[in-house]
Amino acid sequence: MENKDQEKISLYLKIMPYLEKYGILLLLVIMIVVMHFLQPDVFLSWRNVTNVFKQISWQSMLALGVFMVIVTAGIDLSVGSIMMLSLMILAIVAKAGAPWYIVVITPLIAGFLCGLFNGLGITLLRMPHPFIMTLGTLYIFRGTGNLISGGTPISGFTDEVRYLGHGRIDLTWLGLEKSQYLPVSLVLIAIVYIIFWIFMNKTRTGKWIYAIGGNPNAARASGINVNKILVIVYSLCGFLSGIGALILAGRTDSGYPNAGLQSELDAIAACIIGGASFFGGRGTVLGVFAGVMIMGILRNGLNLMDVSSFWQQVLIGSIIVLAVYIDVLRRDLGTRK
Amino acid sequence: MSSINQLLLEAKSVTKYFGTITALENVNLKIHAGECLGVVGDNGAGKSTLMKVLSGLYKPSAGSLFFDGKEKILESPKDSQNLGLEMVYQDLALAGNLPIGENIFLGREPTKNLGLLKFLDYKKIKELTDAHLGKLKINVKSADQKVEELSGGQRQAVAIARSTAFNAKVVIMDEPTAALAIKEVGKVLDLINSLKQTGVGVIVISHRMDDIFAVCDRVMALFQGTNFAESELSKTSRDEVIGWIMGKK
Repeated sequence: MENKDQEKISLYLKIMPYLEKYGILLLLVIMIVVMHFLQPDVFLSWRNVTNVFKQISWQSMLALGVFMVIVTAGIDLSVGSIMMLSLMILAIVAKAGAPWYIVVITPLIAGFLCGLFNGLGITLLRMPHPFIMTLGTLYIFRGTGNLISGGTPISGFTDEVRYLGHGRIDLTWLGLEKSQYLPVSLVLIAIVYIIFWIFMNKTRTGKWIYAIGGNPNAARASGINVNKILVIVYSLCGFLSGIGALILAGRTDSGYPNAGLQSELDAIAACIIGGASFFGGRGTVLGVFAGVMIMGILRNGLNLMDVSSFWQQVLIGSIIVLAVYIDVLRRDLGTRK
Repeated sequence: MSSINQLLLEAKSVTKYFGTITALENVNLKIHAGECLGVVGDNGAGKSTLMKVLSGLYKPSAGSLFFDGKEKILESPKDSQNLGLEMVYQDLALAGNLPIGENIFLGREPTKNLGLLKFLDYKKIKELTDAHLGKLKINVKSADQKVEELSGGQRQAVAIARSTAFNAKVVIMDEPTAALAIKEVGKVLDLINSLKQTGVGVIVISHRMDDIFAVCDRVMALFQGTNFAESELSKTSRDEVIGWIMGKK
């Protein structure tokens, strides 16, 4: 009897690491299969799949930035506002008639500077928690965005500016139809996520980000300049929000005051669903991507089935709680010897 | 072992004031290669302050430190690390979410550089970790195990391995067995003994006479910030050392 139990446990211990790493992808696959059976004609059609990716494009950038911050056991509530401010600056620069390559760079620089501001505020002003600094800048950045634009939308960008958010990669040379194009934003998501996967997993700075989240005192005792790394992380988070602004500019062809309203909460939700821990040190880039996809597919699927957006809110909230509860259960099982 | 007499570190009449409080007064300390020195004393006797002076965290108000016979002024713990002195902290200073090997090399990882980017050399980390753990006879399932999955004793072993990964000459351990289950204490004490055999000088701060008498060659007692008593271990007894802690000779 005991031997059998032992075998069961050792089998369990063998499966656990894989489940921990890829469990969230399993959930994603299950969702896709279920949606496919519920909407067999539409859900997996070329048009709808590319639609999902277009819809999640800018959120995926915010989520990736917030993810890195969460790994350090921090939080960034200002990403939606950073995106809005960057978008407004882009719109103003575009309206002023700047050449497209300047227009394209401005939101990236603006986002980076906003993130730098957060990082320096948290470390230099010794804020007791990043929540407070970024809650402050949530208001500051959005207010600034409204001040410089007068609170009114600014529309109409050139095709070059809109390329990342709106561009299409023609695939007719592969024998596909004209409607079966690849959105540029999808390629952009892939490239950015691969770069940040390498950054978080293969570089020394990435390792230190995880170490700071795991035990900031250990990181400090090891001679790591914790404040410097935190400033880098918040700056990168702002930079990614700037990319989000550029994508959104392409998608909507306009800078508008409500851009990214409450999107910081979506970004945090995607990280949590994807398995990042609020206590820091835990979570993967792949998990965040799965988290973003799960939220995107849920919204898309419910839209296809004509479910009211009020129900969508209820469901997304439930999934957050459920995902974390599954994580709690898994940890309980994992630590039982 | 070789050159047991070589003097690695000497503190001469170290004095430390905090405002009007005298934490240390004319304290002397010596540690030789391959030797284990036990430092005992009641709470507030100045043990931690002395160790922080040795590691460069505090600057002494007066007195001097000699590493390998040369006087050195420490500006930060980095300086003492460069001179071959390492601390093993009581709270272990490990990141539980990282594997053993990455903890041992945290902050000093071998990297392959590509311009400004520094990529971790995972292969080298693993090789160095396996070799180092082997040298200290530390048994773990795999160097890829996360530290949070280890027992308290194994964590202490990793912390000690971490402190000695870069050719440390002197290792200071603050209560190395305080947080451990009884059956794990022996393993950590064995590890201290094998460190001595590699020629490292070990300073152990402990309240536990069992530990002191298991690994130390010499014991010194601090009392109210001064050198109170010191002896070869073979020439003293538990009761005498306990008396020193309480200020009785």
